[in-house]
Amino acid sequence: MAEAVIHPLPADWRDFFALTKPRVMSLVIFTGLCGLLAAPVTIKPVLGFAAILCIAIGAGGAAALNMWWEADLDAGMKRTQSRPIPAGRMDPTAARDFGIGLSFLSVLLMGLAIGWLAASILALSIVYYAVIYTIWLKPRTPQNIVIGGGAGAFPPLIGWVAATGDITAMPILLFAIIFFWTPPHFWALALFVQSDYAKVGIPMMPVVAGEKSTRRQILFYAVLLLPLSALPWWIGGTGAIYGIAALILSAFFVFLAARVGLRQRSGPDDAMQPERQLFKYSILYLFVLFAALVADRWLLVQG
Amino acid sequence: MDQTPDNDAERKRIQRSRSIVMALLLGAFVVLIYAISIARMG
Repeated sequence: MAEAVIHPLPADWRDFFALTKPRVMSLVIFTGLCGLLAAPVTIKPVLGFAAILCIAIGAGGAAALNMWWEADLDAGMKRTQSRPIPAGRMDPTAARDFGIGLSFLSVLLMGLAIGWLAASILALSIVYYAVIYTIWLKPRTPQNIVIGGGAGAFPPLIGWVAATGDITAMPILLFAIIFFWTPPHFWALALFVQSDYAKVGIPMMPVVAGEKSTRRQILFYAVLLLPLSALPWWIGGTGAIYGIAALILSAFFVFLAARVGLRQRSGPDDAMQPERQLFKYSILYLFVLFAALVADRWLLVQG
Repeated sequence: MDQTPDNDAERKRIQRSRSIVMALLLGAFVVLIYAISIARMG
């Protein structure tokens, strides 16, 4: 008697789309676009569109590789167990090939349409996120969020380099701003959301170093961000509109971070209101800061 | 073989939607490459 052979259904196109982490991609597109628009060189709209598309495709490819590698971890966490691979809707090999394909496509298209410097940095950002962060350091160190912040910091750098064709202090500062913004943003969330990371063996800071240390580090990074965010103005890379906006936004960021950094949880019923406020504000902060950067540039061009 | 009529219909629906999305993406890619070529020549 012949054995029954089950042919699983092919994955739906929506599952492939979900692999690219569309919500993360929207932030990547925004910051990449801001880098491109804030650069002191105008770029043809078609080429600007192609550059942002390449950044988005590259981010999608890296995200797919991240989901392929972390499928076992995702299966063990509530938040991620319905993703395409752990839910059994997609073959892991298909996800891996999809991620590699998108990554190569994005770098090749960036190289041909824009230039090989921007393409090289895009390739570096994909390797940084998919290999250095996801495979190597995320499971090994509680500094994983600090390191992961580097991956999120690449888009404005690439956008700027796509427009200008070279690396100067300004795009490096934009990179540094997102890099130092990530730890207080993510750790504020980690303090008030019960995460399953410890269950699957990922060493998150609040679990490894404790809440007190995490709170101090949130404040440390927020204080660092204050002068750093204003540096583009001080070195003459932007005008006063950005500079004043950066100082006001960052001062309020420090204020909210100080409320988090200098307090302790009052008990198991603590609503963690300061932490929630800091997390919400951190998202607004980044959007408004980068919008101010573009507005500053736009007003300068308009005279 | 797990080839019940329901399963077969679902498989065809998924394959059809994937084919449509792939065709649209390839069409958009061709237009993009054309537009990039014109922009770079200009």
